[in-house]
Amino acid sequence: MPQSSFIDIKNLSVGYTSRNGKIIPVLRDVNLSITRGDSIGLVGESGSGKSTLALAAMGYFKRGLHVISGQVQFDGIDMLNIERNALQRLRGGRLALIPQNSGQSLTPNLRIGQQISEALRLHGDLPATSFDVGVIDLLSQVRLPDPVGLTDRYPHELSGGQQQRVAIAMALASNPEALLLDEPTTGLDVTTQAHIMELLRDLAKDRNLAMLYVSHDLGAIARVCNKVMVMYAGETVLTGSAKQVLLSPRHPYAHGLLVSIPRLNEASLPQALDGRPPMPSETITGCAFADRCKLADQTCHKSPPPLNHLETGEAVRCFHHDQIGQLNQKTEKSARSNPTAADKGTALSLANLAVSYSQPGLLSKLFAPQDTPPSTVDRITIDIKKGETLGLVGESGSGKSTILKTIAGMVPAQSGNIILNQAERLDMMVEKRPAAHLRQVQIIFQNPDDSLNPRHTVAQVLAQPLRLYYGLSGTPLRDRSIDILEQVRLGEHYLERLPSQLSGGEKQRVAIARAFAADPEIILCDEVTSALDVSVQAAVLDLLDVLKRQDGTTYIFVSHDLAVVKAISDRVAVLYQGRICEIGPVAAVYSAPFHPYTDALLGAVLEPDPDVAPRLTADDVVELSPPKTGCPFQRRCPRKLGSICETDIPTAQEIAPGHVIHCHIPQLDL
Amino acid sequence: MLFMLIRRVLLGGVTVCIVSLIIFAGVEMLPGDACTQFLGEYQADEELLAQCRKDLDLNRPPIDRFAEWTQGAITGDLGLAADGTTKISTIVGDRLKNSLLLAFLAMAVGIPLALFLGVVSGLWRDRLPDIIASTLAIFAMTIPEFVSATLLILVLSVWLGWLPGIVLTSAAAPASEFFPEILLPMIVLSFVMCAHIMRMVRSSVIDVMASDYVQMATLKGVPYWQMVFRHALPNALLPAINVVALTIAWLLGGVVVIEVVFNYPGLGRLMIDSISDRNLPVVQSIALIVASVYVCVNLAADLLTMIANPKLRTMYMRK
Amino acid sequence: MTVSSTSHQQEHGRFITVMKDILARPSGRIGLTLVLFHILLALLSPLIAPYDFKLQNSSLMLSPPSSEHWLGADHLGRDILSRTLMGGREALLVTGIATPLAVIWGGFIGILFGLVGGRVDEVLMRIVDAFLSLPWILKMLVLIVTFGTGIGVLIPTLTFFYGIPVIRVARAATHDIIARDFVWAAKARGHSRISIIWRELLPNVLDTLMVEGAMRWSWMLLAFSSLSFLGFGVSPPTPDWGLMISDARGFMSFAPWGVIAPVIGLSSLIIGINLSADALAKALGIDRAQKAPM
Repeated sequence: MPQSSFIDIKNLSVGYTSRNGKIIPVLRDVNLSITRGDSIGLVGESGSGKSTLALAAMGYFKRGLHVISGQVQFDGIDMLNIERNALQRLRGGRLALIPQNSGQSLTPNLRIGQQISEALRLHGDLPATSFDVGVIDLLSQVRLPDPVGLTDRYPHELSGGQQQRVAIAMALASNPEALLLDEPTTGLDVTTQAHIMELLRDLAKDRNLAMLYVSHDLGAIARVCNKVMVMYAGETVLTGSAKQVLLSPRHPYAHGLLVSIPRLNEASLPQALDGRPPMPSETITGCAFADRCKLADQTCHKSPPPLNHLETGEAVRCFHHDQIGQLNQKTEKSARSNPTAADKGTALSLANLAVSYSQPGLLSKLFAPQDTPPSTVDRITIDIKKGETLGLVGESGSGKSTILKTIAGMVPAQSGNIILNQAERLDMMVEKRPAAHLRQVQIIFQNPDDSLNPRHTVAQVLAQPLRLYYGLSGTPLRDRSIDILEQVRLGEHYLERLPSQLSGGEKQRVAIARAFAADPEIILCDEVTSALDVSVQAAVLDLLDVLKRQDGTTYIFVSHDLAVVKAISDRVAVLYQGRICEIGPVAAVYSAPFHPYTDALLGAVLEPDPDVAPRLTADDVVELSPPKTGCPFQRRCPRKLGSICETDIPTAQEIAPGHVIHCHIPQLDL
Repeated sequence: MLFMLIRRVLLGGVTVCIVSLIIFAGVEMLPGDACTQFLGEYQADEELLAQCRKDLDLNRPPIDRFAEWTQGAITGDLGLAADGTTKISTIVGDRLKNSLLLAFLAMAVGIPLALFLGVVSGLWRDRLPDIIASTLAIFAMTIPEFVSATLLILVLSVWLGWLPGIVLTSAAAPASEFFPEILLPMIVLSFVMCAHIMRMVRSSVIDVMASDYVQMATLKGVPYWQMVFRHALPNALLPAINVVALTIAWLLGGVVVIEVVFNYPGLGRLMIDSISDRNLPVVQSIALIVASVYVCVNLAADLLTMIANPKLRTMYMRK
Repeated sequence: MTVSSTSHQQEHGRFITVMKDILARPSGRIGLTLVLFHILLALLSPLIAPYDFKLQNSSLMLSPPSSEHWLGADHLGRDILSRTLMGGREALLVTGIATPLAVIWGGFIGILFGLVGGRVDEVLMRIVDAFLSLPWILKMLVLIVTFGTGIGVLIPTLTFFYGIPVIRVARAATHDIIARDFVWAAKARGHSRISIIWRELLPNVLDTLMVEGAMRWSWMLLAFSSLSFLGFGVSPPTPDWGLMISDARGFMSFAPWGVIAPVIGLSSLIIGINLSADALAKALGIDRAQKAPM
């Protein structure tokens, strides 16, 4: 690292004091140097301390945290012992932050224009009279449409992507020399995320910024950063150029992480990383990663490895970094189960399903009956074969969760039918379904914190389906519960635990166990991995696959993550605004010919590979409701034919057996 | 926006109607009526009772009497008291004026003080100003009003002799004659009011100061006090509107105890006296007035919140 | 070991955890000590009071504290110490019964409203709101004056009127919980309504109701002593702090001890309950909304 670094953090240790007086470290002896023109990606999961490090660069520590030791310097200025006025001038001035959740980070009572001109007033060079012009200029730089109209709006009136761009504009107001970004694209749609990454990439280049980009999303980091630092349990475990770290990582954790991320160009499930990251409050002897590491030996468990600086310019905290090659050999890509070989019949049939959330009030029903808004979900016709996994993929507003909830009977359908096992029609209301139907369809929710009753132990959670469907109690109940726990790789001692004593991954396993306890035909998975740490996601996917092979269960798997869906599904349906755009076997849908929306989605995916650039085809526009007539994608489609797209429902073109694209564009031109 | 306003006002009106129904029905269902109260020991005499009822027109069906009562109430004529001669409007009018005077003074002191103390104790959380203010507030909230009132009389009036401890002015006297006796009840009321509002404001300020947007403003380099006044307080004080409204409504209807302690001739005292005297028409009228004030104040609070909260404001204005 | 005994054990375990947490906080320690002290006092005072609380002695009227009468005598010559020691009995008895009853009936109705939802719920809440707009004193006095004072009237009256605000709290908590995923999950599994209410909803609403109950108790005590003060609560010669303060305040200028003793008694009890409620709320992780009492 060159001597005169712009941001220079040396041996920083930060922690908080627990109730019984112990000091709990959140950052342990971390070093970080950033020069102008550098974009450093800070990668880590929960408990890694990456957010704390980024905020520390600004001399800011959340309430309760304090510096144990170390230095933080910005352009030679000591940020830890600086006078308050000087600190205020620097923050938002030469050193600006783009926060994680802009929706929460913009002040609700001030208009957008006011907040940006505040930044100009505090740090910009413009005279007060030119603030308005300055604001509009900034909004245009972040490629927001209608900047003039936007200045009058309040933050809550903007979409997530727009809010994020406003935060970027606010940060740029002072012409900063360094930018800190704390997970700026969390919660945004795939296409929105891709557009914002491009914007950030261009900005970094144009202005020669020193950039620190914090994220758990390796794809985003690959796109924007030229150097990467991986953190684990409050320590740096690996640094190097983006290419070095992302393509040939020398630390087992980084290696495991990269291998566990599903990729678009792979056909099978990624290799899972066992265990979970340690929490700050846990005491660690030896290497923090030793419990989960395949290369670990006695030394690793006893003494913590130092940070080795290699000739290549990388730094690795591992005793066995030169044996990384062994990991590559040990990696077996698990071949996914292939149920289509034996066609066991249709498990579930959706026939022309339509669901609507909007309830027109009495007055509108009387005075404008034809003005009813279009259904949230419409024309859903899918046959799902026994034992297969159907992926439902789409962005926010695609209706994928709605379809799941309708199948589960939680949301009534306006019209259409759901047929179970080719014979029985499922009632729309879950209360009216007979016990047999109820048992056969089980649902797993996204957020394990919410889907388990905080007052129930694991034993009680599992007891519910077992008692309800099988009438078990006493010893047989307990034995079966232990059985099921074993299948999800949790020990017997988990029975007495409460959800608050479990990690996110463990809670999700309990939720999966609960679903499997009923021995259902069909399991509905609603974004079941989205709320989990990256290194834990692969393990959950693997578990789902193993269970499926055992029991032959049919899955309907909903996710916004295209790579995850590809890894686990046999067939995929791409949804936009509640209508099917394309459906077919996974390999076929993920390769040409594409529906224009599928093309836009796949192009926007950010791969954890610095050499791969996304293809942005559609604009970053969030639509609130589907159009009344015609194709749902008409307003954003870059290949719109003309008025036919607005008036007529797109024809279903069968490209190959089982592969259907709903589009007006003839097959040959797709 | 106008539509929402009208809707809220109508809802308020409906509430007042329901309240008047509850009051009327409640009073109807009680055993006995104005005549049994009035005649007292002569109740045994059936003839006298019948005559009295005829005189006071009590034999008409309840619905008619209810209609007449409400009609009168809207025009301001609340009818006659149990004795059949005194106009309720006159008695109640005086008392209402006095209660309003006391309430207004208490509000003028209590509300700004509460807001100030609440903000201070929220910003300096767990430090000396907060500890002092919060402890005092807890005392004021947990100790019954008559206890605080009595203690304050003991200290300020009996021992120190600074203020008179009792009000001897008559009900119909003009406002100026109530000074300086009105000061002590005003102090007690402000003290109690202040405590409730202050705690609420404090917790709201603490929440807002821990929010993401305050953190962002700090990291944007906004100087501390600018951040407090521009970013934090406008959001922190929003929930206070409702508490202030509730407290104002309480000031007019719930300060019975204070009025008794200080012998202040307000609505509360009248209410207790009328109940003791079984003067039910007066009781009905007071109940209606107090309920109406409550509804009006809540309506005002709702509207103020709608205007002040950008999320609600844009919902109705931008279409 | 069956699952049902696990849940018993779990509840027992949780109770211990919560108690430990409360006792770990200074507010909890002080609060619980005060409350327990007062309960013991109420139970034991007839045995430890030096004099009969009714005993009047005209020669001792308004006498200051002395070696025979540690706190002096009131305007009828009765021993203030004895009366003060016994002053909380009625109050604790009445409110001790009325509070749990109020929470039960208010909680029941509130949960019911919360589950019913829709138009019915809205209409009913309007009526509840309208009812709440009337001053509490008015409502209670009307009933008391009609049906007389005495425990038989006070308990039902307090129970009824103080249960109504509990309806709002229980309803709000119910709304919160039934929107959460684990309730949806139970519905999707096909559990019966009753089962969902009993297993999923209640354990989570109970925490809120317990904190609300503790707060209700302190407000009910305030109301009770205010009623006594106004002359509508306990009837003489029963010793009650509110009544004692009312009697003694006319003589405050020269015989303040008649006021100070009951004030200390009443205040310490109410503060104790409030501190305990505060500690309980923090131990359960509930954010207490600071509402003005009715």
